[in-house]
Amino acid sequence: MVVGVRAAGPADLVAAREQMALSLGWHIVLACLGVGLPALTAFAEWRAIRTGQPVYLALAHRWAKAMGVLFAVGAVSGTILSFEMGLLWPGLMGTYGQVIGLPFALEGFAFFIEAIFVGIYLYGWDRLPRRVHLLTAVPIVVSGVASAFFVVSANAWMNQPRGFRLVDGGVTGVRPWAAMFNPATAPQTIHMILAAFMVTGFLTASVYAVGMLRGGRDRYHRLGFLIPFTAAAVLTPLQIAAGDYAARFLAHYQPTKLAAIEGVFNTGSHVPLHVGGVVRDGQLRYAIEIPDGLSLLVGYRPSTVITGLDRVPVADRPPVTPVHLAFDLMVGVGFGLLLLGAWLLLAWWRRRDLPRPALFLRLAVLAGAGSVAALEAGWVVTEVGRQPWVVYGYLRTADAVNPAPGLTAGLVLVAATYVVLTVASVHVLRRLAHAGQDAAGPLAAPQEAAPPQAAPQETVP
Amino acid sequence: MTAAQLMLAVLWIGLTLYALLAGADFGAGFWDLLAGGTARGRPQRHLIEEVIGPVWEANHVWLIFVLVLLWTGFPPVFAAVMSTLYLPLTLAALGIIARGAAFAFRKASDVLWQQRLFGAAFALSSVVTPYFLGTVAGAVASGRVPPGLAAGNLIRSWCNPTSVLGGVLAVGTCAYLAAMYLCHDARRLGRPDLAAAYRRRALVTGLAVGVLALAGIAVLHADAPALSGNLVHRALPLVIGSGLAGAASLALLVARRYLLVRATAALAVTAILWGWAVAQYPYMLPPGTPYTEVAATPAVLAAVLVVTGAGAVILLPSLAWLLILFQRQPAPGRHDVV
Repeated sequence: MVVGVRAAGPADLVAAREQMALSLGWHIVLACLGVGLPALTAFAEWRAIRTGQPVYLALAHRWAKAMGVLFAVGAVSGTILSFEMGLLWPGLMGTYGQVIGLPFALEGFAFFIEAIFVGIYLYGWDRLPRRVHLLTAVPIVVSGVASAFFVVSANAWMNQPRGFRLVDGGVTGVRPWAAMFNPATAPQTIHMILAAFMVTGFLTASVYAVGMLRGGRDRYHRLGFLIPFTAAAVLTPLQIAAGDYAARFLAHYQPTKLAAIEGVFNTGSHVPLHVGGVVRDGQLRYAIEIPDGLSLLVGYRPSTVITGLDRVPVADRPPVTPVHLAFDLMVGVGFGLLLLGAWLLLAWWRRRDLPRPALFLRLAVLAGAGSVAALEAGWVVTEVGRQPWVVYGYLRTADAVNPAPGLTAGLVLVAATYVVLTVASVHVLRRLAHAGQDAAGPLAAPQEAAPPQAAPQETVP
Repeated sequence: MTAAQLMLAVLWIGLTLYALLAGADFGAGFWDLLAGGTARGRPQRHLIEEVIGPVWEANHVWLIFVLVLLWTGFPPVFAAVMSTLYLPLTLAALGIIARGAAFAFRKASDVLWQQRLFGAAFALSSVVTPYFLGTVAGAVASGRVPPGLAAGNLIRSWCNPTSVLGGVLAVGTCAYLAAMYLCHDARRLGRPDLAAAYRRRALVTGLAVGVLALAGIAVLHADAPALSGNLVHRALPLVIGSGLAGAASLALLVARRYLLVRATAALAVTAILWGWAVAQYPYMLPPGTPYTEVAATPAVLAAVLVVTGAGAVILLPSLAWLLILFQRQPAPGRHDVV
C-alpha cells in the first residue's frame, strides 16, 4: 500500500477513535437486540401455537414490531460502520482488508438472509399459515447468531492476527480461513453471543418490570417479564464461565491486555486480584486486594506467574485505569445479575411466583440498563485493552487513521446525528410499548403492511 | 477469466442490483417529498410505504455487499476511495442513517407532527444520498481518485462537472425507476388514479434523464476525455443499447404496459452501468491503477468467490419468496388467529 503524504494530527486521531467508539457502541446494542429478539419472539409464537393462548401471540406480535423497528435502525447503523472502516481507518483496510474480508463477506450474506426473513416474518404475519410463519423465524435466529459470530471473529483477528505474512509493508500468503478461525475467535464469539441474549432478555424484561410496578399484574405483563428474564438469568452463570475462559485465554495469548485489566505492573507470582482503584505514578492505587486472587484464577495455584506491563515498552501499553474499571463494572454487573436470577429461582421454588418485594422488580428495571452498561464496558475492555494497536503487534491505531484533515468536524456531525437518532428511537419504542395490548393496533413496524386507514391523530393523546 | 476478473464482475453485479433495487427506494423518497401536503399526499405516501416497506432493507444490503467485496477483493481501491472522498461519503452515510431510521419511525408513529418530521427526513435524505453517491462515481470515473490514503484533492475530487453530472443523473434515475415501478404497484393495489399520476411522472423524468444523459456526453468530453473516448468506441454497443431500451421504456409507458416497462427500464440502467465499466476497464482508479495491481491474493479471491456462490444458492430463493409473498394480499380475518 502506498503511504499517503499527509499525516493525521493527534486531534484527528482522537476524533476518529471517538467517532468509531460512538458508532460501534451504539450499534452493538442494536446488534444484540437483532440477535436476541427474534429468538424471544419465535419462542412466544411457538408457545401460542402449543397452548392456543392469545396472550402469547400478543406478546410475539409486540416483540415482532419492536424487532422490525430495531432491525431497520440497526441495518443503517451497521452500514455506517462499513463506511467508517474506510472513512476513518483506510490504513487498516488498504493493507489488511483482504485478510479479514472473508468473515465480513459471510456476515454480509447472513445479514442479507436476516433482512429477507425479517421482511417475510413481519409482512407474512397474517399472510402465512401460523406454523409456516413460525418456521420463517428460524432463518432469522440462525443468521443473527451467525452474523455475530462472523463479525466478532474479525474483531478477534485484530487481537490475534493470523493467516498472513508481512513483506515490505504488504501482506502475502493470505490464508483467509486461518485468519477467521484465529485463537481468539472461540472465547470472544461465545462471550459476545451470550451477551447478546442476556442484553435482550434483561432489557425486554425491564420494560415489563416497569409496567408491573405501575400496576400491570395481568398475565400479559407477567409473561412479558418472565420469558425474557428467565432466559437471560439462565444464561448468566454460563456467561460468567465464558468470561472466565476469555480472561484465562488472555493470560496466555494477550498478557498485556490482562495486565491492563487487572492493573498488574510487575511480573511475578502471588498476584492479587484488584477490585477498583486508579493508576497513579505507574501503580494501581486505592484498590481492594484479594491476595493471590489473580494467580489462583489463571493457574489455580498462588505460584502462577502473571506477566505484567513491565514486559512491554511504555509506548506499547494500553491505558490501564479505564480498562481496569470497565472490567470491574462488567464483572460487578454480571454477579449482580446472577444474584437477581437466584432470587427469582428461590421464590419460584418456594411459591411458584415472583418475589413479593417491589425491590425485586425495581432491581429488574435496573438490570436492563445494567446489562447494557456491562456490554459497553466489556467492549471497552477488549478495544481499549488492545491499544495502542489496531492489529495487535502489527499496526498501530495511529498509523491506520485517515490522514485527511477535518475528522473532528465529522465527529461533531456524527455525534449530533446519533443524539437525534437515540432520542427518536427511544421515543418510538416507548410509543410502541404504550400502545396498549392490541398489538394489531395502528402502530406498525416498517416491514409490515400498513393498516388500511391509519389517519394520524392531531395531538398526543 | 481470472479470479480477479470474476470478482470485478460479481462486484459490478452487486452494484447494478443496488442501483436497480435500492435506487428505486431512493426514488420513492423523491416522490414522497413531492407528494404534496399532508392530506393530499397521504394516499401517495401510503402507497410508497406499502411498496418499499418489506423490501428496502434487503435492497439496501447490496451496498454493504459491494463495500465488503471491494475492501476484500481490491483493498487499496477501497482505502483510496474512502479516504479521498470521505466528505461526500460521510454525507451519504448520514443520509443513509436518516433515511432508514426516519422511514421506520414514520411507520411506527401515529402523531401528525412526528409523521411530518420523520417523513421530511426520509424524503430529503432520499434525494441527498444518491446525489453524493453519484458524485463519488463521477470522481472515480473522471480519474480524480489516485491510489494512496487521501492522496486526491478532498474537495475538487467530487465538486467537478463529472461528479455533478453523476449526482444529478443518480437522483434522476432513482426518481424515474421509482415512478415506473410505482405505476404497476398502484394498479395492483387498486389505485388507477395514482398509477396514472406516476405514469405521467415516469414519462417526464424518463425524458429528462434521457436529455441529461445526452448533455452529459458533452460534459464528459470536456471533463473526462479518456472515459468519453472509450464510451463512444469500446462501450458504444452498450451505450446505444441503453438508449434504445430507454426509448422503448417510454413507448411502453405510453402504452401502459407497466410490467414490461420494468424490464426495459432495468435494462437501460444496467447497460449504462456496464458501459461505464467497459469504458474504464482495466483501470479501477484511472488513469493509472489497473485492477491487476490492486487485487487481493488468489487465496482470498477464491475463498470469497466460493462463499459468494454458496451464499447465492441460499439467498436467491429466499429473496424470490419475499418478493412473491409481497405481491400477495392479506387473507382477510386471519389477523392474530392461531
